[in-house]
Amino acid sequence: MTTAARTTTDTGLLLPVPDTDGAPFWEFAARGELRVQACADCRTPRFPPRPCCPHCQSFDATWQQLPGSGHIWSYVVPHPPLLPAYTDLSPYNVVLVEPTGATGIRLPGNVVAAPDAPLDSVDPSCLYIGAPVTVVFAALAPGVVVPRWQLAEAKP
Amino acid sequence: MTATLKDTTAIVGIGQTPFARRLPEPEKTLACRAVLAALDDAGIPPSEVDGFASYTMEETDEVELAKAIGAGDATFFSRVGYGGGGSCATVAHLAAAITTGQATVGVAWRSRKRGSGPRPWRDTVHQLPTPAQWTRPYGLLRPADEIAMLARRYMHTFGATRDHLFLVALACRNRANQNPAAVMHGCPLTREAYMTSRWISEPLCLFDNCLETDGALACVLVAADRAPDCRRRPVYVHAAAQALPAQHHGMVNYWCDDPLRGPSWTAARQLWKAADFGPADVDVAQIYDAFTALVPLSLEGYGFCGRGEGAAFCEDGALEPGGRLPLNTSGGGLSEAYVHGFNLITEGVRQLRGTSTAQVPGAATCLVTGGEGVPTSALLLRS
Ligand SMILES: [Zn+2]
Repeated sequence: MTTAARTTTDTGLLLPVPDTDGAPFWEFAARGELRVQACADCRTPRFPPRPCCPHCQSFDATWQQLPGSGHIWSYVVPHPPLLPAYTDLSPYNVVLVEPTGATGIRLPGNVVAAPDAPLDSVDPSCLYIGAPVTVVFAALAPGVVVPRWQLAEAKP
Repeated sequence: MTATLKDTTAIVGIGQTPFARRLPEPEKTLACRAVLAALDDAGIPPSEVDGFASYTMEETDEVELAKAIGAGDATFFSRVGYGGGGSCATVAHLAAAITTGQATVGVAWRSRKRGSGPRPWRDTVHQLPTPAQWTRPYGLLRPADEIAMLARRYMHTFGATRDHLFLVALACRNRANQNPAAVMHGCPLTREAYMTSRWISEPLCLFDNCLETDGALACVLVAADRAPDCRRRPVYVHAAAQALPAQHHGMVNYWCDDPLRGPSWTAARQLWKAADFGPADVDVAQIYDAFTALVPLSLEGYGFCGRGEGAAFCEDGALEPGGRLPLNTSGGGLSEAYVHGFNLITEGVRQLRGTSTAQVPGAATCLVTGGEGVPTSALLLRS
Protein backbone atom coordinates (compact mmCIF):
# COMPACT_ATOMS: atom_id res chain seq x y z
CA MET A 1 0.00 0.00 0.00
CA THR A 2 1.45 3.37 -0.97
CA THR A 3 1.49 6.35 1.35
CA ALA A 4 -0.77 8.24 -1.06
CA ALA A 5 -3.47 5.58 -0.84
CA ARG A 6 -3.38 5.42 2.93
CA THR A 7 -6.53 6.92 4.44
CA THR A 8 -6.43 5.78 8.08
CA THR A 9 -3.98 5.36 10.93
CA ASP A 10 -3.16 1.91 12.24
CA THR A 11 -6.04 2.28 14.70
CA GLY A 12 -8.50 3.49 12.07
CA LEU A 13 -8.50 7.26 12.63
CA LEU A 14 -9.05 9.12 9.36
CA LEU A 15 -6.02 10.78 7.79
CA PRO A 16 -6.34 14.01 5.82
CA VAL A 17 -7.12 13.42 2.14
CA PRO A 18 -5.44 16.47 0.58
CA ASP A 19 -6.56 17.89 -2.73
CA THR A 20 -4.37 20.01 -5.00
CA ASP A 21 -5.34 23.24 -3.27
CA GLY A 22 -4.83 21.86 0.23
CA ALA A 23 -1.61 19.89 -0.30
CA PRO A 24 0.75 22.75 0.72
CA PHE A 25 -0.98 23.10 4.10
CA TRP A 26 -0.15 19.48 4.90
CA GLU A 27 3.37 19.74 3.50
CA PHE A 28 4.04 22.70 5.80
CA ALA A 29 2.41 20.88 8.73
CA ALA A 30 4.75 17.94 8.15
CA ARG A 31 7.61 20.42 8.74
CA GLY A 32 5.99 21.77 11.90
CA GLU A 33 4.75 24.96 10.27
CA LEU A 34 1.21 26.32 10.48
CA ARG A 35 0.54 28.23 7.29
CA VAL A 36 -2.60 29.29 5.37
CA GLN A 37 -3.04 30.29 1.79
CA ALA A 38 -3.00 34.05 1.12
CA CYS A 39 -3.46 36.09 -2.02
CA ALA A 40 -0.11 37.09 -3.51
CA ASP A 41 -1.64 40.30 -4.85
CA CYS A 42 -4.11 41.69 -2.27
CA ARG A 43 -2.58 39.69 0.62
CA THR A 44 -5.92 38.49 2.00
CA PRO A 45 -5.57 35.11 3.75
CA ARG A 46 -8.17 32.47 2.93
CA PHE A 47 -9.22 29.12 4.37
CA PRO A 48 -9.92 26.53 3.14
CA PRO A 49 -7.52 27.03 0.22
CA ARG A 50 -8.99 27.43 -3.26
CA PRO A 51 -7.76 28.17 -6.78
CA CYS A 52 -8.17 31.95 -6.76
CA CYS A 53 -8.76 34.95 -4.51
CA PRO A 54 -12.45 35.77 -3.93
CA HIS A 55 -11.55 39.43 -3.40
CA CYS A 56 -9.34 40.25 -6.41
CA GLN A 57 -9.58 37.02 -8.47
CA SER A 58 -5.81 36.59 -8.56
CA PHE A 59 -4.57 33.03 -9.11
CA ASP A 60 -1.24 33.79 -7.43
CA ALA A 61 -0.99 32.59 -3.83
CA THR A 62 1.55 32.47 -1.05
CA TRP A 63 1.45 30.51 2.21
CA GLN A 64 1.40 32.82 5.18
CA GLN A 65 2.69 31.74 8.59
CA LEU A 66 0.06 31.84 11.34
CA PRO A 67 0.87 32.60 14.96
CA GLY A 68 1.07 29.42 17.03
CA SER A 69 -1.50 30.75 19.45
CA GLY A 70 -5.22 31.35 19.30
CA HIS A 71 -8.47 30.81 21.15
CA ILE A 72 -11.33 28.34 20.98
CA TRP A 73 -14.18 29.70 18.81
CA SER A 74 -16.44 26.71 19.47
CA TYR A 75 -16.17 23.01 20.22
CA VAL A 76 -18.15 19.80 20.30
CA VAL A 77 -17.88 16.55 22.23
CA PRO A 78 -18.95 13.64 20.00
CA HIS A 79 -20.50 10.48 21.43
CA PRO A 80 -21.48 7.25 19.58
CA PRO A 81 -22.60 6.21 17.05
CA LEU A 82 -19.19 6.98 15.52
CA LEU A 83 -16.64 5.20 13.37
CA PRO A 84 -15.12 2.42 15.53
CA ALA A 85 -11.72 4.09 16.06
CA TYR A 86 -13.43 7.25 17.30
CA THR A 87 -15.92 5.33 19.44
CA ASP A 88 -12.95 3.96 21.37
CA LEU A 89 -11.84 7.54 22.18
CA SER A 90 -15.30 8.99 22.87
CA PRO A 91 -16.07 11.35 24.44
CA TYR A 92 -13.30 13.39 22.83
CA ASN A 93 -13.29 17.01 21.69
CA VAL A 94 -13.20 18.77 18.34
CA VAL A 95 -12.51 22.49 18.41
CA LEU A 96 -12.43 25.40 16.03
CA VAL A 97 -9.47 27.62 16.83
CA GLU A 98 -9.23 31.21 15.71
CA PRO A 99 -5.49 31.90 15.48
CA THR A 100 -4.48 35.22 17.05
CA GLY A 101 -4.85 38.02 14.53
CA ALA A 102 -6.40 35.76 11.88
CA THR A 103 -10.12 36.41 12.34
CA GLY A 104 -12.29 34.12 10.26
CA ILE A 105 -9.68 31.41 9.64
CA ARG A 106 -11.02 29.08 12.41
CA LEU A 107 -8.93 25.91 12.11
CA PRO A 108 -10.56 22.61 13.08
CA GLY A 109 -8.54 20.53 15.50
CA ASN A 110 -8.42 18.79 18.86
CA VAL A 111 -7.23 19.99 22.24
CA VAL A 112 -4.82 17.40 23.62
CA ALA A 113 -2.66 17.10 26.74
CA ALA A 114 0.58 16.68 24.76
CA PRO A 115 1.53 16.66 21.06
CA ASP A 116 1.12 12.91 20.65
CA ALA A 117 -1.54 12.42 23.32
CA PRO A 118 -4.85 10.82 22.23
CA LEU A 119 -8.01 12.75 21.35
CA ASP A 120 -9.52 11.99 24.75
CA SER A 121 -6.52 13.17 26.78
CA VAL A 122 -8.18 16.40 27.99
CA ASP A 123 -11.27 16.50 30.20
CA PRO A 124 -13.93 18.25 28.07
CA SER A 125 -15.04 20.22 31.14
CA CYS A 126 -11.73 22.14 30.87
CA LEU A 127 -12.79 23.58 27.51
CA TYR A 128 -14.65 26.84 27.00
CA ILE A 129 -15.23 29.30 24.20
CA GLY A 130 -12.42 31.84 24.31
CA ALA A 131 -9.92 29.50 25.98
CA PRO A 132 -6.36 30.34 24.85
CA VAL A 133 -4.53 27.52 23.08
CA THR A 134 -1.16 26.96 21.44
CA VAL A 135 -0.41 24.78 18.44
CA VAL A 136 1.36 21.44 18.60
CA PHE A 137 1.98 18.96 15.82
CA ALA A 138 1.01 15.30 15.96
CA ALA A 139 2.48 12.67 13.63
CA LEU A 140 -0.36 10.30 12.71
CA ALA A 141 1.42 8.16 10.13
CA PRO A 142 4.71 8.28 8.22
CA GLY A 143 4.81 11.72 6.59
CA VAL A 144 1.35 12.70 7.90
CA VAL A 145 1.29 15.43 10.54
CA VAL A 146 -1.76 17.34 11.79
CA PRO A 147 -1.83 20.48 13.90
CA ARG A 148 -3.47 20.09 17.31
CA TRP A 149 -3.79 22.39 20.29
CA GLN A 150 -2.91 22.54 23.98
CA LEU A 151 -4.63 24.72 26.54
CA ALA A 152 -2.38 27.70 27.26
CA GLU A 153 -3.58 28.06 30.84
CA ALA A 154 -6.07 26.60 33.29
CA LYS A 155 -9.63 27.89 33.23
CA PRO A 156 -9.71 31.06 35.38
CA MET B 1 -43.56 43.00 -17.82
CA THR B 2 -41.48 41.18 -15.24
CA ALA B 3 -41.73 37.42 -15.31
CA THR B 4 -42.93 35.99 -12.02
CA LEU B 5 -43.75 32.66 -10.40
CA LYS B 6 -46.28 34.26 -8.07
CA ASP B 7 -49.36 32.04 -7.89
CA THR B 8 -48.77 30.74 -11.43
CA THR B 9 -48.73 27.10 -10.32
CA ALA B 10 -50.39 25.00 -7.66
CA ILE B 11 -49.71 21.79 -5.81
CA VAL B 12 -52.76 19.65 -6.60
CA GLY B 13 -51.69 16.25 -5.34
CA ILE B 14 -49.66 14.80 -2.50
CA GLY B 15 -48.78 11.20 -1.75
CA GLN B 16 -46.70 9.20 0.66
CA THR B 17 -45.87 5.69 1.80
CA PRO B 18 -45.96 4.64 5.43
CA PHE B 19 -42.99 5.85 7.48
CA ALA B 20 -40.97 3.40 9.58
CA ARG B 21 -37.49 2.60 10.78
CA ARG B 22 -37.57 -0.22 8.28
CA LEU B 23 -39.84 -0.83 5.29
CA PRO B 24 -39.45 -4.07 3.34
CA GLU B 25 -39.84 -2.63 -0.17
CA PRO B 26 -36.95 -1.12 -2.15
CA GLU B 27 -36.57 2.66 -2.58
CA LYS B 28 -37.64 2.44 -6.23
CA THR B 29 -40.91 0.75 -5.30
CA LEU B 30 -41.55 3.28 -2.55
CA ALA B 31 -40.90 6.12 -5.01
CA CYS B 32 -43.44 4.68 -7.46
CA ARG B 33 -46.04 4.24 -4.72
CA ALA B 34 -45.66 7.81 -3.47
CA VAL B 35 -45.82 9.32 -6.96
CA LEU B 36 -48.85 7.25 -7.98
CA ALA B 37 -50.57 8.17 -4.73
CA ALA B 38 -49.94 11.86 -5.41
CA LEU B 39 -51.30 11.57 -8.96
CA ASP B 40 -54.37 9.73 -7.70
CA ASP B 41 -54.85 12.45 -5.09
CA ALA B 42 -54.81 15.02 -7.89
CA GLY B 43 -56.98 12.95 -10.20
CA ILE B 44 -54.41 13.17 -12.99
CA PRO B 45 -53.44 10.04 -14.98
CA PRO B 46 -49.71 9.15 -14.98
CA SER B 47 -49.65 9.39 -18.76
CA GLU B 48 -49.99 13.17 -18.45
CA VAL B 49 -46.81 13.59 -16.39
CA ASP B 50 -44.16 15.39 -18.45
CA GLY B 51 -41.99 17.02 -15.77
CA PHE B 52 -39.84 15.62 -12.96
CA ALA B 53 -37.77 17.15 -10.19
CA SER B 54 -35.93 15.57 -7.29
CA TYR B 55 -32.72 15.66 -5.26
CA THR B 56 -29.26 14.77 -6.56
CA MET B 57 -29.17 12.28 -3.66
CA GLU B 58 -32.32 10.55 -4.93
CA GLU B 59 -31.47 7.01 -6.04
CA THR B 60 -34.53 6.38 -8.21
CA ASP B 61 -33.85 8.29 -11.40
CA GLU B 62 -36.33 9.77 -13.85
CA VAL B 63 -35.94 6.92 -16.34
CA GLU B 64 -36.77 4.27 -13.75
CA LEU B 65 -39.66 6.24 -12.30
CA ALA B 66 -41.18 7.35 -15.60
CA LYS B 67 -41.15 3.93 -17.22
CA ALA B 68 -42.58 2.26 -14.11
CA ILE B 69 -45.49 4.62 -13.50
CA GLY B 70 -46.34 4.98 -17.19
CA ALA B 71 -45.47 8.65 -17.57
CA GLY B 72 -45.86 10.37 -20.91
CA ASP B 73 -43.10 12.02 -22.93
CA ALA B 74 -41.12 14.04 -20.39
CA THR B 75 -39.89 17.46 -21.49
CA PHE B 76 -38.43 18.70 -18.22
CA PHE B 77 -36.36 16.97 -15.55
CA SER B 78 -34.17 18.52 -12.90
CA ARG B 79 -32.17 17.59 -9.81
CA VAL B 80 -31.19 19.80 -6.92
CA GLY B 81 -28.12 19.28 -4.72
CA TYR B 82 -27.30 19.63 -1.04
CA GLY B 83 -29.59 17.03 0.49
CA GLY B 84 -32.43 18.55 2.44
CA GLY B 85 -31.42 22.03 1.29
CA GLY B 86 -32.95 21.16 -2.06
CA SER B 87 -36.36 20.03 -0.84
CA CYS B 88 -38.36 23.14 -1.71
CA ALA B 89 -36.28 23.77 -4.82
CA THR B 90 -37.73 20.62 -6.42
CA VAL B 91 -41.14 22.31 -6.35
CA ALA B 92 -39.59 25.63 -7.39
CA HIS B 93 -37.99 24.06 -10.46
CA LEU B 94 -41.29 22.49 -11.50
CA ALA B 95 -43.08 25.80 -10.95
CA ALA B 96 -40.58 27.57 -13.19
CA ALA B 97 -40.81 24.87 -15.84
CA ILE B 98 -44.61 24.86 -15.93
CA THR B 99 -44.82 28.66 -15.89
CA THR B 100 -42.44 28.89 -18.85
CA GLY B 101 -44.20 26.17 -20.83
CA GLN B 102 -41.54 23.49 -20.51
CA ALA B 103 -43.94 21.04 -18.87
CA THR B 104 -47.62 20.79 -17.91
CA VAL B 105 -47.80 18.18 -15.14
CA GLY B 106 -44.79 18.04 -12.84
CA VAL B 107 -43.93 15.50 -10.18
CA ALA B 108 -41.43 16.06 -7.37
CA TRP B 109 -40.46 13.18 -5.11
CA ARG B 110 -38.05 11.78 -2.53
CA SER B 111 -37.69 8.13 -1.61
CA ARG B 112 -35.18 7.15 0.99
CA LYS B 113 -34.33 4.19 3.18
CA ARG B 114 -32.32 6.14 5.70
CA GLY B 115 -33.83 4.14 8.54
CA SER B 116 -32.67 0.70 7.48
CA GLY B 117 -29.97 1.80 5.02
CA PRO B 118 -26.43 3.05 5.67
CA ARG B 119 -25.59 6.33 7.38
CA PRO B 120 -23.89 8.46 4.69
CA TRP B 121 -21.13 9.68 7.03
CA ARG B 122 -19.91 6.09 7.52
CA ASP B 123 -18.72 6.11 3.92
CA THR B 124 -15.08 7.14 4.36
CA VAL B 125 -14.11 6.30 0.79
CA HIS B 126 -16.32 8.76 -1.08
CA GLN B 127 -15.75 11.80 1.06
CA LEU B 128 -16.59 15.40 0.34
CA PRO B 129 -13.35 17.36 -0.19
CA THR B 130 -13.70 19.73 2.74
CA PRO B 131 -14.70 17.28 5.48
CA ALA B 132 -12.21 14.69 4.27
CA GLN B 133 -9.34 17.09 4.52
CA TRP B 134 -10.08 19.69 7.13
CA THR B 135 -12.56 18.25 9.64
CA ARG B 136 -12.89 14.44 9.52
CA PRO B 137 -9.30 13.65 10.65
CA TYR B 138 -10.14 15.41 13.93
CA GLY B 139 -13.26 13.32 14.46
CA LEU B 140 -15.81 15.85 13.23
CA LEU B 141 -17.54 13.04 11.38
CA ARG B 142 -21.28 13.55 11.17
CA PRO B 143 -23.74 16.29 10.28
CA ALA B 144 -24.67 16.29 14.00
CA ASP B 145 -21.08 17.21 14.88
CA GLU B 146 -20.91 19.89 12.21
CA ILE B 147 -24.13 21.58 13.33
CA ALA B 148 -23.34 21.12 17.04
CA MET B 149 -20.29 23.33 16.48
CA LEU B 150 -22.53 26.18 15.33
CA ALA B 151 -25.13 25.39 18.00
CA ARG B 152 -22.62 25.84 20.83
CA ARG B 153 -21.39 29.11 19.38
CA TYR B 154 -25.01 30.25 18.97
CA MET B 155 -25.87 29.36 22.57
CA HIS B 156 -22.74 31.16 23.81
CA THR B 157 -23.32 34.27 21.71
CA PHE B 158 -27.02 34.77 22.29
CA GLY B 159 -27.69 33.09 25.63
CA ALA B 160 -29.75 30.26 24.17
CA THR B 161 -30.12 27.20 26.40
CA ARG B 162 -30.94 23.52 26.07
CA ASP B 163 -34.42 24.41 27.28
CA HIS B 164 -34.91 26.39 24.08
CA LEU B 165 -33.85 23.45 21.95
CA PHE B 166 -36.17 21.26 24.01
CA LEU B 167 -39.11 23.51 23.11
CA VAL B 168 -38.44 22.82 19.42
CA ALA B 169 -38.22 19.06 20.00
CA LEU B 170 -41.34 19.19 22.15
CA ALA B 171 -43.45 21.07 19.59
CA CYS B 172 -42.57 18.52 16.93
CA ARG B 173 -43.22 15.58 19.23
CA ASN B 174 -46.55 17.00 20.38
CA ARG B 175 -47.68 17.37 16.76
CA ALA B 176 -46.49 13.84 15.96
CA ASN B 177 -48.73 12.62 18.74
CA GLN B 178 -51.69 14.08 16.86
CA ASN B 179 -50.57 12.43 13.60
CA PRO B 180 -51.14 8.65 13.36
CA ALA B 181 -48.76 8.47 10.36
CA ALA B 182 -45.85 9.84 12.41
CA VAL B 183 -43.11 7.45 13.50
CA MET B 184 -43.23 8.96 17.01
CA HIS B 185 -47.02 8.85 17.32
CA GLY B 186 -47.76 7.49 20.77
CA CYS B 187 -44.36 8.47 22.18
CA PRO B 188 -44.74 11.67 24.23
CA LEU B 189 -41.61 13.63 25.17
CA THR B 190 -41.00 15.09 28.61
CA ARG B 191 -38.44 17.67 29.69
CA GLU B 192 -36.90 15.10 32.00
CA ALA B 193 -36.51 12.57 29.19
CA TYR B 194 -34.90 15.26 27.04
CA MET B 195 -32.51 16.50 29.72
CA THR B 196 -31.38 13.01 30.71
CA SER B 197 -31.11 11.51 27.23
CA ARG B 198 -27.78 10.43 25.82
CA TRP B 199 -25.55 12.88 24.01
CA ILE B 200 -24.94 12.58 20.29
CA SER B 201 -22.57 15.51 19.96
CA GLU B 202 -22.52 17.91 22.90
CA PRO B 203 -24.34 20.26 23.11
CA LEU B 204 -26.85 18.23 21.03
CA CYS B 205 -28.57 15.22 22.60
CA LEU B 206 -30.58 12.38 21.08
CA PHE B 207 -33.80 14.43 20.90
CA ASP B 208 -32.05 17.29 19.07
CA ASN B 209 -31.50 14.93 16.16
CA CYS B 210 -33.98 13.96 13.46
CA LEU B 211 -35.31 10.45 13.01
CA GLU B 212 -33.81 7.78 10.75
CA THR B 213 -36.66 6.80 8.49
CA ASP B 214 -37.65 4.66 5.51
CA GLY B 215 -40.32 6.30 3.38
CA ALA B 216 -41.20 8.20 0.24
CA LEU B 217 -43.28 11.26 -0.62
CA ALA B 218 -44.33 13.10 -3.74
CA CYS B 219 -46.37 16.04 -4.95
CA VAL B 220 -47.93 17.07 -8.26
CA LEU B 221 -47.83 20.57 -9.75
CA VAL B 222 -49.90 22.06 -12.57
CA ALA B 223 -50.54 25.56 -13.88
CA ALA B 224 -52.90 27.68 -11.79
CA ASP B 225 -55.52 27.83 -14.54
CA ARG B 226 -55.80 24.04 -14.56
CA ALA B 227 -55.65 23.62 -10.77
CA PRO B 228 -59.36 24.20 -10.03
CA ASP B 229 -60.24 21.24 -12.29
CA CYS B 230 -58.27 18.81 -10.13
CA ARG B 231 -59.74 16.59 -7.43
CA ARG B 232 -58.46 18.57 -4.43
CA ARG B 233 -58.40 22.16 -3.32
CA PRO B 234 -55.33 23.72 -4.97
CA VAL B 235 -52.46 25.10 -2.89
CA TYR B 236 -50.69 27.86 -4.79
CA VAL B 237 -46.94 28.37 -4.96
CA HIS B 238 -46.89 32.04 -4.01
CA ALA B 239 -43.11 32.46 -3.93
CA ALA B 240 -40.03 30.27 -4.13
CA ALA B 241 -36.34 30.80 -3.53
CA GLN B 242 -33.00 29.07 -3.59
CA ALA B 243 -30.04 30.38 -1.62
CA LEU B 244 -26.29 29.93 -1.78
CA PRO B 245 -24.93 32.92 0.17
CA ALA B 246 -21.63 34.58 -0.66
CA GLN B 247 -18.69 32.79 0.99
CA HIS B 248 -20.90 29.94 2.22
CA HIS B 249 -19.09 26.66 2.97
CA GLY B 250 -21.86 24.08 3.21
CA MET B 251 -22.54 22.30 6.47
CA VAL B 252 -19.08 23.25 7.72
CA ASN B 253 -19.90 26.94 7.34
CA TYR B 254 -17.15 28.07 9.68
CA TRP B 255 -15.13 30.39 7.50
CA CYS B 256 -17.44 33.23 6.51
CA ASP B 257 -17.61 36.52 8.40
CA ASP B 258 -20.71 35.49 10.33
CA PRO B 259 -21.36 31.71 10.51
CA LEU B 260 -24.53 32.27 12.56
CA ARG B 261 -26.11 34.07 9.63
CA GLY B 262 -26.91 31.10 7.41
CA PRO B 263 -28.49 30.55 3.99
CA SER B 264 -32.00 31.20 5.33
CA TRP B 265 -31.22 34.92 5.36
CA THR B 266 -30.52 34.86 1.63
CA ALA B 267 -33.55 32.69 0.85
CA ALA B 268 -35.75 34.99 2.92
CA ARG B 269 -34.64 38.11 1.13
CA GLN B 270 -35.57 36.59 -2.22
CA LEU B 271 -38.81 35.10 -0.90
CA TRP B 272 -40.22 38.21 0.75
CA LYS B 273 -39.19 40.37 -2.21
CA ALA B 274 -41.45 38.25 -4.41
CA ALA B 275 -44.36 37.85 -1.97
CA ASP B 276 -47.48 39.90 -1.37
CA PHE B 277 -47.18 39.33 2.38
CA GLY B 278 -44.52 39.22 5.08
CA PRO B 279 -43.44 37.08 8.03
CA ALA B 280 -46.17 38.46 10.31
CA ASP B 281 -48.78 37.13 7.88
CA VAL B 282 -47.56 33.51 7.95
CA ASP B 283 -50.20 31.33 9.63
CA VAL B 284 -48.14 28.18 10.02
CA ALA B 285 -44.54 27.16 9.28
CA GLN B 286 -42.83 23.93 8.32
CA ILE B 287 -39.17 24.64 9.11
CA TYR B 288 -36.44 22.16 8.29
CA ASP B 289 -35.51 20.38 11.48
CA ALA B 290 -32.76 17.85 10.91
CA PHE B 291 -31.52 19.33 14.20
CA THR B 292 -33.43 21.43 16.72
CA ALA B 293 -30.72 24.10 16.60
CA LEU B 294 -31.56 24.86 12.96
CA VAL B 295 -34.98 26.19 13.93
CA PRO B 296 -33.90 29.29 15.93
CA LEU B 297 -31.43 30.13 13.15
CA SER B 298 -34.22 29.84 10.58
CA LEU B 299 -36.69 31.87 12.64
CA GLU B 300 -34.15 34.69 12.58
CA GLY B 301 -33.26 34.25 8.94
CA TYR B 302 -36.84 34.27 7.70
CA GLY B 303 -37.60 37.36 9.74
CA PHE B 304 -39.97 36.07 12.44
CA CYS B 305 -37.72 37.74 15.02
CA GLY B 306 -34.49 39.68 15.22
CA ARG B 307 -31.00 38.25 15.04
CA GLY B 308 -30.15 36.35 18.20
CA GLU B 309 -33.81 36.22 19.23
CA GLY B 310 -34.69 32.87 17.65
CA ALA B 311 -34.33 30.86 20.83
CA ALA B 312 -36.35 33.28 22.96
CA PHE B 313 -39.00 33.32 20.22
CA CYS B 314 -39.70 29.65 21.03
CA GLU B 315 -40.78 30.48 24.59
CA ASP B 316 -44.37 30.92 25.78
CA GLY B 317 -45.80 28.23 23.52
CA ALA B 318 -44.97 30.16 20.35
CA LEU B 319 -44.48 26.97 18.33
CA GLU B 320 -47.61 25.23 19.65
CA PRO B 321 -51.22 25.48 18.40
CA GLY B 322 -52.51 28.96 19.13
CA GLY B 323 -48.96 30.28 19.46
CA ARG B 324 -47.27 32.92 17.37
CA LEU B 325 -46.06 30.42 14.79
CA PRO B 326 -47.32 26.83 14.94
CA LEU B 327 -44.38 24.73 13.77
CA ASN B 328 -43.96 21.45 11.89
CA THR B 329 -47.53 20.43 12.42
CA SER B 330 -47.13 16.81 11.28
CA GLY B 331 -44.17 16.29 13.59
CA GLY B 332 -41.42 17.30 11.15
CA GLY B 333 -38.13 15.51 10.66
CA LEU B 334 -37.69 15.27 14.41
CA SER B 335 -40.86 13.28 15.08
CA GLU B 336 -42.90 12.41 11.94
CA ALA B 337 -40.26 11.17 9.48
CA TYR B 338 -36.91 12.33 8.16
CA VAL B 339 -37.15 12.15 4.39
CA HIS B 340 -34.96 15.14 3.53
CA GLY B 341 -37.76 17.54 4.40
CA PHE B 342 -40.29 16.45 1.80
CA ASN B 343 -42.86 15.73 4.51
CA LEU B 344 -42.69 19.43 5.41
CA ILE B 345 -43.93 20.28 1.90
CA THR B 346 -46.82 17.82 2.00
CA GLU B 347 -47.83 19.00 5.48
CA GLY B 348 -47.82 22.58 4.25
CA VAL B 349 -50.27 21.49 1.56
CA ARG B 350 -52.51 19.71 4.09
CA GLN B 351 -52.62 22.81 6.31
CA LEU B 352 -53.81 24.95 3.41
CA ARG B 353 -56.35 22.31 2.39
CA GLY B 354 -57.57 22.27 5.98
CA THR B 355 -56.80 18.56 6.43
CA SER B 356 -53.85 18.50 8.84
CA THR B 357 -54.11 16.36 11.95
CA ALA B 358 -53.01 19.49 13.83
CA GLN B 359 -54.96 21.95 11.75
CA VAL B 360 -54.34 25.65 12.34
CA PRO B 361 -57.85 27.13 12.07
CA GLY B 362 -58.25 29.07 8.85
CA ALA B 363 -54.62 28.71 7.79
CA ALA B 364 -54.19 30.49 4.46
CA THR B 365 -50.41 30.96 4.27
CA CYS B 366 -47.54 28.58 5.04
CA LEU B 367 -43.76 28.90 4.92
CA VAL B 368 -41.89 25.70 4.07
CA THR B 369 -38.11 25.65 4.26
CA GLY B 370 -35.29 23.41 3.15
CA GLY B 371 -32.22 22.63 5.21
CA GLU B 372 -30.62 25.60 6.96
CA GLY B 373 -26.85 25.24 7.16
CA VAL B 374 -26.47 24.11 3.55
CA PRO B 375 -27.40 25.75 0.23
CA THR B 376 -31.11 25.90 0.77
CA SER B 377 -34.55 26.65 -0.67
CA ALA B 378 -37.94 27.76 0.55
CA LEU B 379 -41.57 28.05 -0.52
CA LEU B 380 -44.41 30.31 0.43
CA LEU B 381 -47.65 28.44 -0.10
CA ARG B 382 -51.14 29.96 0.00
CA SER B 383 -54.63 28.61 -0.30
ZN1 LIG C 1 -6.60 38.90 -3.75
